[in-house]
Amino acid sequence: MAVIYIDDKAYEVKPGKNLLETCLTLGFNLPYFCWHPAMGSVGACRQCAVKLFKDEQDTNGRIVMSCMEAVKDNMHLSVDDHTAKAFRSQVIEWLMTNHPHDCAVCDEGGSCHLQDMTVMTGHTYRRFQYKKRTYKNQYLGPFINHEMNRCIQCYRCVRFYKDYAGGKDLDVFAAHNHVYFGRAQDGMLENEFSGNLAEVCPTGVFTDKTLKEHYTRKWDMTMAPSICQHCSLGCNIIAGERYGELRQITSRFNGEVNGYFICDRGRFGYELVNSINRVQQPLIRGKIPDAVDKQSLYNHLNEILSNTKVIGIASPRASLESNFTLMQLVGKENFYQGISETEAQLMRTILHTMNSGQIHTPSLKETEKADAVLVLGEDLTNAAPLLALALRQAVRKKTIENAGQINIPSWHDAALREFAQQEKGELFIAYPTQTKLDEIASDSRHKSPDDIARLGFAIANYLNIMAPAPEGMDDDTLKYARQIADILKEAERPLIICGTSLYNEAILKAASNIAFALDTKDKKASLCFVVPECNSMGLAMMQAPSLNQAVEVLEKGEADTVIILENDLYRRGSKKDIDNLFNHCKQVIVLDHLHNDTTNRANVLIPVGTFAEADGTIVNNEGRAQCFFQVFMPKNENLRESWRWLDEFRQFKNGTSPEDLTTPGDLMDEMVGLMSQFKGAETVAPPADFRIYGQKVPREPHRYSGRTAMLANINVSEPKPPEDPDSALSFTMEGYKGIPPSPLIPFYWSPGWNSVQSINKYQTEIGGPLLGGDPGKRLFPETPVAENAFLNNIPPAFKPSPGEWLIVPLPHIFGSEELSIYTPGIAERSPKPYVAISKHDAENLNISESDIMQVQIRDQNYALPARIKEELPQGLAGIPFNIPGLSGIAWPAKGILTKAVI
Amino acid sequence: METPLTQHISINRPSLNLKDYVSVGGYQAVHRAITMAPQEITKMVQDSNLKGRGGAGFNTGMKWSFVPMNDAAQTKYLIANADEMEPGTFKDRLLLEGNPHQLIEGMIVSAYAIQANISYVFLRWAYNKAARLIRYAIDEAYAAGYLGKNILGTGFNLEMHLHTGIGRYMCGEETALLNALEGKRATPRTKPPFPQVSGLFGKPTIVNNVETLCNIPHIINKGADWFKSLSPGADAGTKLYGISGKVNKPGLWELPMGTTMRQLIEEHAGGMKNGFKFRGALPGGASTDFLVEEHLDIKMDYKSVAAAGSRLGTGTMIILDDHTCPVGFVHNLEHFFAQESCGWCTPCREGLPWTEKILLSIENGEGRPEDLELLEMHTKYMGPGNTFCALAPGAMEPLQSGLKYFREDFEKHINEKKCPWR
Repeated sequence: MAVIYIDDKAYEVKPGKNLLETCLTLGFNLPYFCWHPAMGSVGACRQCAVKLFKDEQDTNGRIVMSCMEAVKDNMHLSVDDHTAKAFRSQVIEWLMTNHPHDCAVCDEGGSCHLQDMTVMTGHTYRRFQYKKRTYKNQYLGPFINHEMNRCIQCYRCVRFYKDYAGGKDLDVFAAHNHVYFGRAQDGMLENEFSGNLAEVCPTGVFTDKTLKEHYTRKWDMTMAPSICQHCSLGCNIIAGERYGELRQITSRFNGEVNGYFICDRGRFGYELVNSINRVQQPLIRGKIPDAVDKQSLYNHLNEILSNTKVIGIASPRASLESNFTLMQLVGKENFYQGISETEAQLMRTILHTMNSGQIHTPSLKETEKADAVLVLGEDLTNAAPLLALALRQAVRKKTIENAGQINIPSWHDAALREFAQQEKGELFIAYPTQTKLDEIASDSRHKSPDDIARLGFAIANYLNIMAPAPEGMDDDTLKYARQIADILKEAERPLIICGTSLYNEAILKAASNIAFALDTKDKKASLCFVVPECNSMGLAMMQAPSLNQAVEVLEKGEADTVIILENDLYRRGSKKDIDNLFNHCKQVIVLDHLHNDTTNRANVLIPVGTFAEADGTIVNNEGRAQCFFQVFMPKNENLRESWRWLDEFRQFKNGTSPEDLTTPGDLMDEMVGLMSQFKGAETVAPPADFRIYGQKVPREPHRYSGRTAMLANINVSEPKPPEDPDSALSFTMEGYKGIPPSPLIPFYWSPGWNSVQSINKYQTEIGGPLLGGDPGKRLFPETPVAENAFLNNIPPAFKPSPGEWLIVPLPHIFGSEELSIYTPGIAERSPKPYVAISKHDAENLNISESDIMQVQIRDQNYALPARIKEELPQGLAGIPFNIPGLSGIAWPAKGILTKAVI
Repeated sequence: METPLTQHISINRPSLNLKDYVSVGGYQAVHRAITMAPQEITKMVQDSNLKGRGGAGFNTGMKWSFVPMNDAAQTKYLIANADEMEPGTFKDRLLLEGNPHQLIEGMIVSAYAIQANISYVFLRWAYNKAARLIRYAIDEAYAAGYLGKNILGTGFNLEMHLHTGIGRYMCGEETALLNALEGKRATPRTKPPFPQVSGLFGKPTIVNNVETLCNIPHIINKGADWFKSLSPGADAGTKLYGISGKVNKPGLWELPMGTTMRQLIEEHAGGMKNGFKFRGALPGGASTDFLVEEHLDIKMDYKSVAAAGSRLGTGTMIILDDHTCPVGFVHNLEHFFAQESCGWCTPCREGLPWTEKILLSIENGEGRPEDLELLEMHTKYMGPGNTFCALAPGAMEPLQSGLKYFREDFEKHINEKKCPWR
């Protein structure tokens, strides 16, 4: 530790940091713009000036930018110094010379860092009496709005977009007081992380365009801590509501998971909540009228449930609580996972490795720190976007360490990038097609799934002779395997990434073998699994049989009624197979929030709450259990959590009369009691009866306005705010005003800090964990390294078979995920159906780009335009995974491709 | 009086080709240098007290001594800063057009001293003639074995490239030059890390001014003591001094370092033109403080000019006469600086256009008394350290000294609501 003196008071601080982050950690209100905790310092804005003295005797000192000064022991500085303060205020005055006075109509108003910093420095009166410079704004696509006149040229946008996220189409143009931040021409921002611009921009240049569609001030929203439901990474988010409509998703800092950022699918994919396609009322099909009340529904259900043999089909996108209550309702022996046998088997393999305790599944944050990375069979930008963003940081780690040798500190972003140039750390990728990360990879190979697995087995074998070796490998691949093996072995923090995207179990086994082989007494390799959905891991941990086994039971007549929980089965197998399932059912009971092909088959359809109208716990790919909280109480009383419906049925079925139905107690306690593998999940968040000084944590900021007026058109007396018996959060603005425990943070606010930058006040140190520790609990215990049992079953090398293609699913960040597609902008960015084929095959079939091809997969036929991919191995074809119009394929698939005859 | 830099420059004939340059003793410094240890050369240059002629006046040998010399395989760069864009400055142009081989020779020796293997001449875009001559001279040097692989059988390799800029003042700042050369925006970099450690493409790099590099062969040939003896004053060597403005013979002269302003104006420039009175001068280009009548006898070396409250800068002075409005004069300069701001840091990007606008309104008779306070505020808050690089502090030098020495002229504009010179 170092001791520094700020305004003559001694502070013990961490060496190696810069003065700005140190001052902020100590609680000083020091204004800044260009510095960002995740992006470091560049010294452009000159806002964070402090006075630095040579020594104790020096009384003159000099102005320095605190973001550019490293903390040194016995440093004397002043934050309050008159000149430093005056200069900081002057910098704001300069910035304000051109900034429009449009706060009242600016989307950023009220959560604007520039407003906060202006007030903080005390600049008030305008002395600049000339014209402001103006710009033309650009159309940047469906997600981001552009208002360049507000720009204060802090350069954060381009630093995030280009330097941090690898974007190509946002840049800074022109010079002097006319620098322009935008695209070369109007058009969609291409990068998958563009939404972060709205948070990175300190003012209203880049704002959330989807929020603009139904705009509400930040302080007028009811907000709750939530978890993104759109992939398996479990990024933490804040969701905000007003008038029963979900308005905005922002990133919720979690130092162990997503840090400061989220991807565009996570940020903008929330419109499903507001969709007109929502199931609104319990329906009993065939009854007239078909919409029924709760009482009739329960009577009807009771009749069904007592006269039939019922099975329950669970869901990887439903919470642990909902899946568990379904299991309790139907009985463990009648409980099925609701995913295909192939997927279930993949998840079992993953669980096997994770349960062995022999490997370390890294948090997202840890993946950022890897110094050598091998990706086997995943297109991360599309399958797990934030992981791709993390790898973009990981490949810089080596050069950052090298820069340390010439005394460039790790926070000095400008100097680091000048020093590092294009130099990148080790990243190897094997995937059937090119992926976006190929551009930062040391090397990438394009192979069939089995050949990717074989490469992995070969690497493991080089690392440890005990690991099984694939036979018949060519010399080039063996050399490549050895190269990767050597690099992984040398690395201090090697990371292997694999997943379920290609539906290939051998890849998972090969990756596990590599991780096992890398284990030594002192260090464990990290093995990161990408899994399909937000709660795939949690569902797999429940260890139930798969959908295929449910079909068997139905076919045999051992059951004739299904309860399907939040699951569109038509996305899980071929249409024929799913039709077959339903044809064997007497009664189909479906709980879901949106109408889909499965809800269309329901005899009884029950509306349920989305993540915004429900509380729940889900387990991410790392094995981390995290809680999301209900954002608002919907006006429609039918929109209830699946677990509440299911638990009430259970009570009803057991003879509780309707008026005596109770809210379930702590479901997670009950679940952990029955399934010890979930131990820890019950402590992720404080319990519902948690209070601070007897108070709940309010979901609404204290400035929330219009509460007494918003329903006055219906009734002038303000209704009692809804109660929340399920959590320690309240649906009001009253309650504990301080910083709540980290899993319960509904929004960030601190006196003088109204923007998202107020996160500084919630952290133990800047960029570090939240006060009290980052939320979430990792469920898989790790054991010390032991003798590992290597996995076998090496597939033979892939050989193209004449007339038949192996069809691989190609995930797309926009389009492949079921729920985010309800956002119009995401639907707009989803690809149109296509089939990717290799150049060689295209030539053989006499196919040119965009020619229509007939693709026959089992008994299904598709006419798809061809996309010719030079790198795709011969005999392989790719089809975008589960995009609209292309769901209902049982993976892995084989198919026949022919040129369509027109 | 010796004039090593310009001895072989004549306006009556084209610049010397390699053969002729060699015949007058050219490239002897290269032959000599390769017999020496690199560190020996650096020491010699350091001892000669040669100071950077681009304006900063830092000891050249000292600058070189920070280049890491332990890794023989490491790529290092030497760059000649020939992006001469300081208003009123035209000294490097003479050296570039008059004797390009002298620069190349200096660069080879300097590169050898720091063991650089790649060198660039970063040339102002408008110097077309110089570009042609340098390109030709580099080809000649390659053909003669002074550049390329295994120079003169020593095993020392040096590639040399000519890079022409696109006309941004900012590129004359050494770190912005590096960014520009890398194909990036010409924004400056912070120091530390210094270019000697992490420069062009992140590798150790030395950027020296043309005039500085042209001195190197002579120091190698004749020694550090000889170089020091060229000047009677504290600073060593000769200096190219220039004068523009209403003098009888505006021009450029190589004179001992420390020649006084009066000598320059009266002896060499032939005094002020008839009917024009000397009011002040920017001694070293547009980004230096005004000196006035009382300073005429100070020596034009780094220390003396600094003591008088200005900077030697490039040593090429612009004279303000009594027929020229100082407000208009300063406004013209601030217009230039505001336009050439790269837009990276706030004070420079937003402050310079503000001063320009105020000066214009004063010049147009629309100034207010409080405008002078605003101008003073800018000179105070755009001082060194407050801005990212030296551009804005440099831009404030003529303004702050203008306000000091010609305040009554500013006030007259405001009081009379017009420019007295119009």
